[in-house]
This record gives sequence, structure tokens and C-alpha cells, in this order.
Amino acid sequence: MDALDRYEPVIEEFDAFREACARSLPSVVRVNGIKADAERASDALEAEGVRVRRREWNDAVIELDARKPGNTWAYVHGWIHGQEEVSAVPAAVLDPEPGDAVWDACAAPGSKTTQLADLLGDEGLVVANDDNLGRLAALRSNAERLGATCVAVTNEDARRFTLDGFGIDAFDAVLADVPCTCEGTIRKNADALDGAGAEASRKIGRLQADILRRAVALTRPGGTVVYSTCTFAPEENEAVVDAVLAAGGVELRAFDVGLVAAEGLTEWAGESFDDSLSKAKRFYPHQNDTGGFFCAKFEVTA
Amino acid sequence: MAAENASHRFERLAPTPGECEVAGRPSRAEVLDYWEERFGVEREVFDDFSFWEKGAGKLWVTACDVPDGLAVESLGLTFLRTRQEHWKPTTNAVQRFGRHASRNVIELPQAAAKRFLAGEDQPVEWDGDWGYLICAHELAGAVEPVGVGLYLHGELRSMVPKGSRRDL
Repeated sequence: MDALDRYEPVIEEFDAFREACARSLPSVVRVNGIKADAERASDALEAEGVRVRRREWNDAVIELDARKPGNTWAYVHGWIHGQEEVSAVPAAVLDPEPGDAVWDACAAPGSKTTQLADLLGDEGLVVANDDNLGRLAALRSNAERLGATCVAVTNEDARRFTLDGFGIDAFDAVLADVPCTCEGTIRKNADALDGAGAEASRKIGRLQADILRRAVALTRPGGTVVYSTCTFAPEENEAVVDAVLAAGGVELRAFDVGLVAAEGLTEWAGESFDDSLSKAKRFYPHQNDTGGFFCAKFEVTA
Repeated sequence: MAAENASHRFERLAPTPGECEVAGRPSRAEVLDYWEERFGVEREVFDDFSFWEKGAGKLWVTACDVPDGLAVESLGLTFLRTRQEHWKPTTNAVQRFGRHASRNVIELPQAAAKRFLAGEDQPVEWDGDWGYLICAHELAGAVEPVGVGLYLHGELRSMVPKGSRRDL
């Protein structure tokens, strides 16, 4: 009996899900296109005796047979960054264009920030914000090691973030990869389920909705907002998205990143959500041999 | 009276020395001169980048087009230290822009590159300039810059920051 039991009614092949949650994660890195392409990074790793396997859904994501990718020249040169496979999903869904102004609302330690900078071709602006001063050091150091010159780091409460001083009226794209109960990290954090449950999720859901509302408010009409968490809890996922949809001015958009996923829920625990929530995606550990993740893509319409 | 360096804001370098209002702050032209004269990096390499100071003598490079005086924690990469008589590029700047260098680049054999990365000082054969060099090695078919070394009296001192040192 643990915090995952309550998901049995909504997760297909629940036994396989349980088994996957009990296994450790494969060792996966993201290639940093600012400094090298996947071909060169793979060559460098193989020259050091590390076997690599490219992932079909994303050229930049590769699996290694090394447990410590940090002890390679490819890492030293900032060609690769240790990043759980499914954590590469939300930036790929946001998919900003070179020259865009992008906000990463809860950015530390910077895996997604640097992926966004890479997708921009290091041209444009990524404002990487985090309210936790202690975690900013990791964010800054990752941005530096990966050579991301288009990143500006800020230390604000995302709910009250403003564009003062940046010389722009709105962002083109925003990633709200919010703090969550992290149930989906159970494969790397054995204590991920401590304190998890509907009550904890409802509580943090209020903070998540406030951050998502701010993300929408700071995005230009026609711009994109991606909301993501690494938890299975509908109270932090569909319920948060539903609350923000209800306020108007945004619509959910369908997306496909090339990984197997389940649709977002349209009902949970007696509560029903907007039909468009089926366009959101739930990534379960047994589907792609990853951690757990939730992702929703909005277009700002007004 | 000369304006002072405001340590919590990023201030853009003036284009030329004559336009610089802050005592001791280099201009963009001088920074381009430095990379060109010291390392043979062509000025055009930096066409899409701007240079900023935050903290006396601490220069940053960014591709962000933002207004002057922005109060943020960081803006792009730390790039160049200009407080001392001899300017010193950062490890990350050399990794990001050092591929364009054609002068004062020392290519180290793999064993020496590992010692350099581990932070060790070592004797090297070098008949070029003394001072700061870009230390590079061959990786996946091309010469790649690892970091900055200080060459003096036949010895190459590793300037790799403590937190980035590694024993591969």
C-alpha cells in the first residue's frame, strides 16, 4: 500500500507500471547542440569506451552504458548533460524558434533551460527564473558549462515575476515546469512517495495554478505555454490545467513528441475536467522505460 | 566625475574607449582587439554578441538583446577578467569561442590534457608567447579547447577552476 495505489483505476497495465517503478532508470544524457551534434558527442563517448544508443524520438537524447557520464571528456566540454529522458519532453513540446523570448519560470537546476537555449540555437532570450537561491548556483553553472549565452538568470517568486527591465512586453513562449510532489521520480528517489497523497497534491496545486496563471499572463496572444510536472497526481495536473482553462484566454493544443503516452484524464475522483484535457499527456514509466511525467500545451488566445 | 561600476546591474561596454564613462572599464573595441591580437579570433565571431560588466573587472558575453542596467543574477557567460594587467579569459569562454582561435593555442597530448584538467602544473614544450594560452586536445576528429593555462618558464599552469577539475 502506497501513494501509487489510488492510480490503479486510471493506469492501464498497472502491474507493468508497478514493476517499472521498482526498477532503476537507464543512464540517459542530452546532447548540447550549442557545442556539438549527436554524432560527435557519440564519437567522443565511444572513443572513451562508453557504449551509446540513440533514442528514436529525439536526436539529442542518448542512452549510455556508463553510470557516471560526468567522468567523460564529452561532459567536460559541455557536449552532454545528464538529463532524465522524459524531462527532455516539455522543452521539445514548447519548441521555441531562434530569436524568441522564452521564460523558464521554475528553472533550477537548468536542464530544461539549457535545452531551450539549444532549441533557440543560442539566439534570442531565455529568462531562467527560480525562487530558490540555493539552487541558482547549479542553474548558473550548467548554463555556463553548456555555453548558453542567451540565458539570463533571475531569482524571483514566479507568481510575482515581471518583465521590468527586459525591454519586451510579453514572452513568445513559457515553460511552467512547476514544483510538484515528484511521484514520477520514484525510480531514482526511493523516498519520492513520502508524504505524497491527494491532500499534499491539492495543497501544492494552488501554488502550481498561480504559477501557471502568471505564465499565461506574461505570454503574448498566439504564444505557447507548456505546463509540466513529474507527478502522477491529477490534483497537480489535470485539475490545475482545468482551473486555468476555466478562466479563459487559453486553449489546449494537441502534440506528439514521438513517445508513447496516455491521454490526460477528463474525470477523477468524482470530478470532471474540460474535454480538451485529453490533449494533455501522461507519460508512465512502463511505456518508454522513463520516469513519470505530465505535460500540457496551451496556446494563449487573448 | 567618472561614473562608478554598479555591482548589482549589468552595464553594457561602450563601443570605443572614448565613449566609456566608467573608470577602468574596457570598451567593446578593446575586448575585440584582445581576442584578435592574443588568440587570432576574428572580430566577426562576436558580431551577434554583446559584452557587459557586472562587478569590477568581470566581463560577461551574451546573445540576449536586453536594455542596459538590467538587474539579474547572470547574463550569458562570464567571459573575461580585466582587473589585472594581463587579461584572463574564463574556461567557459574559451570552450565556447576558442574553436575560432588560431594563435596561442597549445595542443596537448591526451595524457597532458588529463593532467591539465586535473589542475596540475606541468612542463611543456612551447616556443610561443608567455602568458595565458588556450589549452586544447584532439577529440572526436577535431582540436577542442579545454580551458586556460598560464605559460611561464617552461611550465604550464592549469587555470581550470577547482570545481571543474576532474581526474578522468
